[in-house]
Amino acid sequence: MATTHESAAPQALNPDPMFSNPYRIQRVRQETDDTFTLEIVPADSAEGFAFRPGQFNMLYVYGVGEVPISISSDPAASPVLQHTTRVVGTVTKAMRLLARGDMLGIRGPFGTHWPVEDATGRDVVIVAGGIGLAPLRPALYRLMAQREKYRKIVLLYGTRSPEDILYRNELEHWRGKFDLEIQVTVDRAASSWRGNVGVVTTMIPRAPFDPGNTAAFICGPEVMMRFTAMELQRRGVAMQRTYLSMERNMKCGIGLCGHCQYGPVFTCKDGPVFPYDRIAPLLGKAEV
Amino acid sequence: MTIHTLEPIIHATPFFEGMEQRHIELITGCASNVRWTDGETIFRQGDSADHFYLVRSGLVSVQLMVPHRGLTTILTVGEGEILGWSWLFSPYRWHFDARAQMPTYALAFDGKCLRNKCDQDHDLGYEILKRFMQVLNDRLESTRLQLLDIYGNHA
Repeated sequence: MATTHESAAPQALNPDPMFSNPYRIQRVRQETDDTFTLEIVPADSAEGFAFRPGQFNMLYVYGVGEVPISISSDPAASPVLQHTTRVVGTVTKAMRLLARGDMLGIRGPFGTHWPVEDATGRDVVIVAGGIGLAPLRPALYRLMAQREKYRKIVLLYGTRSPEDILYRNELEHWRGKFDLEIQVTVDRAASSWRGNVGVVTTMIPRAPFDPGNTAAFICGPEVMMRFTAMELQRRGVAMQRTYLSMERNMKCGIGLCGHCQYGPVFTCKDGPVFPYDRIAPLLGKAEV
Repeated sequence: MTIHTLEPIIHATPFFEGMEQRHIELITGCASNVRWTDGETIFRQGDSADHFYLVRSGLVSVQLMVPHRGLTTILTVGEGEILGWSWLFSPYRWHFDARAQMPTYALAFDGKCLRNKCDQDHDLGYEILKRFMQVLNDRLESTRLQLLDIYGNHA
C-alpha cells in the first residue's frame, strides 16, 4: 500500500532494520504533566537518517525494552530527532528517568507518512487530539517550510484541558505568523480559560477551508479520529484525501511479527498513516 | 429612508438554511439584535428562558458552578452556533449560566413569540424542531465524547 507518490523512501541508518543504532540524549523537555520530549543525536555517526513526517522509530531503553514512538521533530533538522511520548508503561516510565548524555537504541524510520507533497495546491486541514499532535508536528514543519505550495493551512487541536496543550510556545509562534489558522479547544476548563471548550469535531463545520479542495490529516485517539473523519466527510472532504495515523502494538516495525495486525493490514508496514477510505470499514469494529 | 430588517441576515444563516420564505418572515418578527460586552452575563441558571440566540460573532461560555471546583466552563458557543434551547421546554428556565468571553454579537429570538407562531403553524414548528434536534444531537454526541475522556491516560 502506498499513501503517496513521493520520491523513494529515505535510507535508514543501518540497512538491517532489526539493528538498533546508538543515540545519545541531548535534551529532555517536560511538555505537560505526563508527557515529555527526548531530543537525541546519533552517538557514533554525524549523519543520522532522513525521515518523512508521520513515520516512527523503535526506541530501545537498554535493559528494559523497546517501544514505537512517532518522530515529532522537523525533518529538516536531521540528524537531531525528537520523540514526544506519554508515560504509560514500563518502557516509557524508564525512558522518563533518562537524562542528557544517556544512551538509547533506535531502529527506523518505519511506516508510511503524511502525503504532504500530494497536498500541493490544496487547503490542508490538520486535526489533532491530545498527544496526537506529536506525529503531525513534522508535517506542520514541512508545510510551513514550503508555505507557498499550499492554500490555507488549518490546525484544529483538541485536548483535555489547558494544562495539557502540547508545544504551547510553538503554537503561539505559528499563530503569530498569520499564515496558519490555529484553533484550540479543550474538553474541560476553569472559567479563567478564554478559549474554546468542547470536542475538536465541533470546530470542523466553521473552520475556514474549501472542502472540495482539501487534504486532511488526523491523529489522536481512535474514537476521536473516527468522529473527526465522519465530520470532515459531512463537510464534503473526500475520503481518499483524508488520512489517519493508526496505533497498534508495533514490535518488529517491518510487518514480520504480526503483533500490529489490524484486519488485513499491518500497522507498522502498511501504516501508521492510512487513507480513510482504506480503513473506514475497520474503524469502530470491536472484533478488529 | 430605507428600513433594514433582519430578514436577509436570518435567511443567510446556516441554521435557517432551506427554510421557506414565509417561515423566515414569521421568525424575523420574533428576532432582534443583541450585543454583549466582554464578561457580561447573558443568563443565569434558574432565570426565565425567554429567548434563544444565534451567535453572529464572538464567543459565549456556558458555565456551571461546581462545589469545590468553582465556576466551570462546560461548552463554548461561537459564530453560527445556537445558544439555548430551554425556551422550548416547560418550565422555560435556564439550566446553566452563560457569559460572553469577548465582545459578542447575536440574534436574539423571543421564545414565547416563536412558540405561539409554532402552535399556530405546525409546519413552522416542525422546521424549528428539526433544526433544534440537530443541535441537540450534535451536543449529545460531543458530550458523550467528553465523558469518554479520550485524551486521559488510561493505561
